[in-house]
Amino acid sequence: MCDTCGCGSTNKIIIQKPGQLQQNHEHEHDHTHALGHSHEHPHDHHHSHTDHSNKLNIETNILNQNDLLAERNRGFFLGRNIYAVNLVSSPGSGKTSLLEKTLKDLKNEIEFNIIEGDQQTFNDANRIDALGIPVVQINTGTGCHLDSDMVHKAMQQLDPPANSILMIENVGNLVCPSLFDLGENERIVIISVTEGDDKPIKYPDMFHGSQVCIINKIDLLPYVNFSVEKAKDYARKVNPDLIFFEVSATKGDGLNDWYEYLRSKMT
Amino acid sequence: MHELSIVLGIVDIAQSEFERSGATSIDSIELEIGEMSGVEPFAIEFAWPEATRNTVLENTEKIIEYIRGKAECLECKEQFELENLYDECPACKSYFKNIIKGKELRVKALTVS
Repeated sequence: MCDTCGCGSTNKIIIQKPGQLQQNHEHEHDHTHALGHSHEHPHDHHHSHTDHSNKLNIETNILNQNDLLAERNRGFFLGRNIYAVNLVSSPGSGKTSLLEKTLKDLKNEIEFNIIEGDQQTFNDANRIDALGIPVVQINTGTGCHLDSDMVHKAMQQLDPPANSILMIENVGNLVCPSLFDLGENERIVIISVTEGDDKPIKYPDMFHGSQVCIINKIDLLPYVNFSVEKAKDYARKVNPDLIFFEVSATKGDGLNDWYEYLRSKMT
Repeated sequence: MHELSIVLGIVDIAQSEFERSGATSIDSIELEIGEMSGVEPFAIEFAWPEATRNTVLENTEKIIEYIRGKAECLECKEQFELENLYDECPACKSYFKNIIKGKELRVKALTVS
């Protein structure tokens, strides 16, 4: 997808039904210049390499800037003994509901601070704020993920105290946030039983980079075609070290194990 | 569309190296992108013209080397090509593995003049 015009892209997109022969989807695609300006490109795009050319071997990680700032965040968390988690999932898995329920049940024994990431609106931050928990909302606009700089800036506003838990609710998206280290101690991926149980192998990057997997909405299992064991098997193929919790944020099933896990991080 | 962020990151790196070099143009840029990096080649191609417009990379030739995934089994030490993160070891069928290649996202070199 393109941030500029929202179109699908050019080469190498495959559109096919299962069992069909692969068809490549191609189309002509010209962007007009932003702000209505246009200019000719008189330059030669295939430069000849003259005697003056000079090769600089820079060997720099493209995400270097993000990773450096993430390490800085991590150092801040370590210094204040903050357990920071990056909550990731597709939209609608119940991230915010699980967060709300957790905060309601544990706020008297553990100090929490929350960073909410969404493309638009303050709805989630308002839900957390209603519980009296310090929260900062990040609206990414068209951006599809949080990065370490956004978290760094949010933290300057939050100023989370020592010996607390910081929950960072990422933008609902199982793809893009997987590349961006925020400096968290652990990444927790949430899936719900109303999704497909093969999600871990459809979006393997996210499961590969997570330490914990919460399976939410288990109270709906009798009504949906979702096998918890199958989902776990798929997830373990991607990441054999994953720790699982099976919960229902609305009915309360399985939450005690999850709470014990959080308590164990505070000792 | 995190590839847009990726290309913008590439522009930043090129810009600061370019300023340090005192050169007048960047003729080419060499990138290494691992097939297990979570970055889609088509999306990079798509984001490139927009993200590099009016930057030091606008007229730069881009040379991308895609690096195939490779893993080492943690159980039996077999090294094998990885096509998916969930591939098992072909020798002992274990899923415990170290990814040794294919996660790269690197600006390898710039040719300036």
